[in-house]
Formats: sequence, structure tokens, C-alpha cells
Amino acid sequence: MAFDDNDNKLWLSGNEAIALGAWEAGVQVASGYPGTPSTEIMGNLVRYEGVYGEWAPNEKVGLEVAIGASFAGVRAFATMKHVGVNVAADPLFTASYTGGRGGLVVLTADDPQMHSSQNEQDNRNYAFAAKLPMLEPSDPAEAKAMMRTAFELSERFDCPVLFRTTTRIAHVKGVVEKGERVATKPASVEKMPAKFVMLPGNARMRRAEIEKRMAAARELAETLPENRVEQGSGRRGFICAGTSYNYVKEAFPEAPVLKLGMVWPLPEGMIRDFAATVDELIVVEELDPFLETHIKAMGIDCHGKDLIPSQGELNSFIVRKAVEPDSVGELFAPLDLPMRPPNMCAGCPHRGIFYNLSKMKDVFVSGDIGCYTLGFLPPLSAMDSCVCMGASVTVAHGMSKALGEDGMGKVVAVLGDSTFMHSGMTGLLNAVYNESNATVIILDNRTTAMTGHQNNPASGKNIKGEPAHAVNLEKLCEAIGVPRVRVVNPHEINKTKKVLKEEIASPDPSVVISRAPCVLLPEMVKAKKPVYFTNLENCSGCMACVRLGCPAISWHPLTPEQAEERGYTKKQKGYAEITEVQCNGCGQCAELCKFEAISTREEN
Amino acid sequence: MRQSGNILFSGVGGQGILLASELTAYAQLEAGFDVKKSEVHGMAQRGGSVEAHLRYGERVYSPLIDPGTADILVAFEILEAARYLPYLHKDSAVVVNTQKILPPAVALGKMEYPDNILDELTDRGIKVVAIDAFAVAKEVGELRTANVAMVGAMSNFLAASPQVFLDVIDKKVKPAFREVNKQAFEAGRKLVYN
Repeated sequence: MAFDDNDNKLWLSGNEAIALGAWEAGVQVASGYPGTPSTEIMGNLVRYEGVYGEWAPNEKVGLEVAIGASFAGVRAFATMKHVGVNVAADPLFTASYTGGRGGLVVLTADDPQMHSSQNEQDNRNYAFAAKLPMLEPSDPAEAKAMMRTAFELSERFDCPVLFRTTTRIAHVKGVVEKGERVATKPASVEKMPAKFVMLPGNARMRRAEIEKRMAAARELAETLPENRVEQGSGRRGFICAGTSYNYVKEAFPEAPVLKLGMVWPLPEGMIRDFAATVDELIVVEELDPFLETHIKAMGIDCHGKDLIPSQGELNSFIVRKAVEPDSVGELFAPLDLPMRPPNMCAGCPHRGIFYNLSKMKDVFVSGDIGCYTLGFLPPLSAMDSCVCMGASVTVAHGMSKALGEDGMGKVVAVLGDSTFMHSGMTGLLNAVYNESNATVIILDNRTTAMTGHQNNPASGKNIKGEPAHAVNLEKLCEAIGVPRVRVVNPHEINKTKKVLKEEIASPDPSVVISRAPCVLLPEMVKAKKPVYFTNLENCSGCMACVRLGCPAISWHPLTPEQAEERGYTKKQKGYAEITEVQCNGCGQCAELCKFEAISTREEN
Repeated sequence: MRQSGNILFSGVGGQGILLASELTAYAQLEAGFDVKKSEVHGMAQRGGSVEAHLRYGERVYSPLIDPGTADILVAFEILEAARYLPYLHKDSAVVVNTQKILPPAVALGKMEYPDNILDELTDRGIKVVAIDAFAVAKEVGELRTANVAMVGAMSNFLAASPQVFLDVIDKKVKPAFREVNKQAFEAGRKLVYN
């Protein structure tokens, strides 16, 4: 059978293909921080022989690790989601000056439509701003092949090369052909201070090199096979890159297309020649008018964002409709249906914290990035802000300073263990140093859950699941100088409430570590706790359990007659019931029930 | 034999949609087609609506099914069938699992689960095959095979022979679950025309 491990043809996601491409390109060191849609690259890459891969605590650390490996003469790779590049921008912009010795590729996985992100920034702008070449594939097969090109270009031009994907590359599966790994070079130490020490004097010299290499890259772009013209018929031509190319090919299969595999720097001659062969030139790209702006700056007339939406993802329907509005037929209109937003899982430890916070109506909850951001949703509705990784702590501190005495007991920060490691720690350092009265709640579920259970420096395991040092969060907070550090089990709702109230009321900076593992961790699934069921006779319809918003608990409304039929009083408006197959046995609802209507079968 | 087509999978996170779409993709690859499949991970998986787009043909560019062009919709939950109406056309076939999973607003008593919502599809001339995939899974003795029973039912609308799917299950499913999954596939397949 084809497409199994012994076959040359594989069926791979873009991320799996990129991992394979990085391995074939001879990558020896890779580092990254998990982030949708980039995460699976690193997870797959560490399975190959001859590659050292790791999860870094954040993207800046990851990129710097890769820079170090490049300085040691081996091919190195850093992966991150689009907003991760903001965190890594500091080393990125200066690595553009230093270059390296081994090839260095930095992958940015953008998320148009914000399937799993807080913004939809277009990271092609980073290529322009940091003066770096950028490649962008259109599907998994191309993604694999382009990894090798990216490393070759990095070494040829002595600079990092940016590699951009989007959700519809990363999480698309397609047919990919396996290749051989290139010969790797051993690492070595070579001192090159004029190149690697970016003091102003050296940096000014390197600055001139950047202009030379970008001129050379611009020239190469004219003949790079990744940039190609696909001949067609008709007087209307398209310029596109990435997944937009797919939509153009589906919408206008006969039209001439200039497909750009390298989206920076641009092949001006090629674009000019292509434009001369058509009467109407349309640039099709998702998000910003990046290609369009630079093509127009060349003095070439084209359509772009006057037709093509600049928000969200495209598809071939949108492209066809934008270019030929009359060519698309009527669609069935969507029905008005209850929405189904994501929710914290049944048995999620975060729920216990947010339930308690939901009862503290005058407390501002400064949130962060992770599964727990879902604490924003009803019925808990217990998150009041969420900006970026680590911002919970710093935003809370800023609010408490602005509010002064009035802010006492009114501001808490909530963030996960992985987010605390990522960039919450420095904010906590600041909060202690500058005498904040905000309370920081660290939701320590022993993993990076949102992106699919990646280990972090607090998990006690490395990327391969092997034992690793686990930072002691209590001692870390104490060392930072937090005078009050408490640990709670968030499933114990009432005990947790007491601790939260005490700490939020305290004028000193305080940390509450809410410690309980994610219920979806394999070891938790294996050691499944006894599930709870509802003894319907005892249910009084008080809705205390329903207010947890647990997906395993449903509310069944009753008319007065139905209530009587079931043996309830006429006044009872309904009853709540646990779906046992969905229950993960956390027991939060049982603690809240005052009518002994919820228990395990054993207790019963 | 159809030379190209679009199969949309929809449901609720955790129902096994990824495996179902994966088996279907391998079967279409075995049948000699180029195939592309698109999924969404991360935030979208936490009990929310999930979808997978599968497109096959001689050469597939776009990994996304356009609105109005899904030939087959495999919906693992009733509401999640109705939600994708704009993706369908009048000749679409919908294979829907009769399971109801209450969305949060319904579970909280704020909204009602709409009655007879599948009529909205049949009223527009769309062919709807409703099956109780859970009952099939129970019958074969493994609740987690409901997704493969759905694939079995859906396979009636594809040219690929059932043997191709069974071979794929042999290759891609862990040994301990192969037999039950093959049984679930066959039972699901029979539900449509028997």
C-alpha cells in the first residue's frame, strides 16, 4: 500500500512536511515555543536522528538558541507562531546584521482569520523591516522542498531566512515525496568578533553588508525557480503567493499567473515583464497589501485590495466573487442556530478558579493566553482583559498603580504555568520590585495544554517526554521576593475561595498557585477518577452546578405540570443532569450541590 | 466514476472527525486521486464546532471547500449538519449522525435545541441520510467506532470500493481496534441502502 512508512510518497501535513524538509536540509539544532499553527513542526522534528530539538520557554530564547548553533557552524532552525516573532523580534533584527556560519531559518506561522490567535498580523512585513529574505510555500510538498532552498539562501547571503506559513499550509495535508538528508558539517568554534559583536562600530560595517546582500538577493529572485510564470490565456493576469495561489488556480484555471515563492525581496524585472503581457494585473493576497504596495512602488499599475478583502482568510469563492461578481451563484443562507463556541473541558481544573472569580463581581481579572482564556465565556464570564503572553501580571500591576488605594483588593492576574515561564516571571519581578498590591494566580496544570500538551520548564519533562528538571514555582516566586505564596487545589472550591479572598485582600504582592493537572494529560486519562451522576430525586433545580458551565452538565427546563409529574414541586423550573460519559470526576459540582443530588456510584 | 469531489466533515471536538477524514483521504489516495485536506487545531478543538475539508481530483490546488460546493457532508451531530447549509448545493448528500450534543447556551437553559432542523435541508431538496452511528458502535461493542460507522455510511456515495476502506483500516488503525472498526464500517455502510 502506498503512503506508508516504506513508501517514498507520504501523506503529510504542512508542519510534518516542514519537519521532514528541515531534517533533509541537515538541521542539527532547533528550538521553538509552541503556538498554533506552528506547534507540530518541532514535535515531529525531534523524532529524526541527528537533530537536537527543544521547547524553549519563549520565542526570543528559542531564536537565540538557534543563532548560537548557527554561530557554531551548523544549520539551525527556530519555529514560532506569528505573534511569537514579536517576542523574538529583538534578536531577529540584529541577527540580520551578524548573519551566522551555519544556515539559520526562522519559521513564522501566521493565522489569518484568527482561528487560534489574538490578532492576524501579516508577518511578511517583518521581512521588509528586518531586511531579510522570506520564502512562502503554497502546500505541504512545496513547504518541504523550500526548506532546503531556505537554508541554501541563508548561507549564500549570510543572514537568517524567514519562512512564512499560514494555517492553510501548516494544517493542510497533501502528498509529499521523501528525499535524502544532505551531508552535515561538524560544529566548531570560530571567533569572528567583527561579525558577531554588534557594537556600533562593527554594526555600521555590517549595515553596509545588508544592502549588498539584499541587492544580490533581489537579483537572484529574478531566476529563482520558486518564482515562476505559469502561462495561460486571456488578458488578465494574477500575481500571488502562498495559499492564495491555490485559490487563484481554482478560480481562474486558464489565467496567466506569476507565482512568487520568495515574497521578499521581489523580482522587479520578472514582475515588470509579466505586467507587460497582460491588460489587467490583479494581486491576490491574504491580509495586508504587501505585494501590492511594493509592486505599486515600482510604478506598476495593478488591482489588489480594491477588490480582495484584507481581513480573514480567502478561498476560491471569495477570489472569484471579488474579480467577477456576476459569476458566482446564490448560496443557501445560513440558518439561525445556537452557536457552539469552544469551552473548558469537563473536569478542567481552571473552572474551579474561574467559578470563584465569577462570584467576585468587583474584582478585575487580568487574563492571559491559554485554554483558560475561555474563562471569559458565559456562564463564568470571569475574565476582563487578555492582550498577549505574560501581560496578565503587568497589566494587573499597571491597573493597581493607576487605581492606588482604591485598587486594593480589586485586581488579580491569571495565567498558566507555561505562560508564566514564557514571560510572566519578569512581570512578577516588576510587581514585587515596585510594590504591587495585585494578586497573581498561576494556573499550574503541569503542561502547555492549549497547543496539545507540550512540556515546559515546570513540567519535569523535556520535548521527548524524558525526565528533566522541574522548576519549583513556589521557590521561584519566593526568590523573586513574593512575600505571600499559597498553593490551592482548584477542585476544592470552598477552600480555594477562602485563600483567594485572603490573598486578594492582602496589601502585599501575593501569588496563589492553583495546582491540578490537565484532565486530558495521558496519565490523567489512564488514572480516570470515578465519575459523578445526578440523583434526580434530590435535584432541587437550584442551578448551582449548572453555573460551573461544565459541558457534562445539562439543564432540562420543566413546565409546572412536568415538574409535578416528576415528583418535584410545581415551582421547580427544571433539573440538572450529569452526562456520565462526559464526566471526568473532578467533583466540583458535587461540592457545590447542597441537596446531595450529586455523587459517585461508590459513594451512593 | 466521479473525477473530483468535495467532502466536508463537521461535528464537535472529540467526536473522532480527524480519524474519519483521514481514513477517507487514504481511501481516495488509494483510488489514485490527488487529495488535500484541511483541519483547524488549537482553540477550535475545545468542544467547539470542528470541520475538516477533503478535496480529491486529478490535481487539487485549494485545500478549502468553497461555499455551495460540498458534494458530501458527513455531520457527526445534527446541529453541526444544519450549520453547514451554506456549503451545500441542491445535489449534495448529507450523512448525519442522529446524536444531539447540547451547545452551551442550550445546556444552560438559555436557548432551545431546534426541533426537526434537518427538515431545513430536505425542504431545499438536499438528500439527507440520518443514521444512529452510536447504535452501530454499541452493536459492534466499541463506542469509539461511531466515527468509522459514519465513514461506512458515507462510502456509499463514493466510487471507491469498500475493500479499499477496509485495507486502509488494516494499515492505519492499531491492531487491537482493527476488527471492531472494520465491523463498524461494514455495519455503517449497510445502513444506507438496507
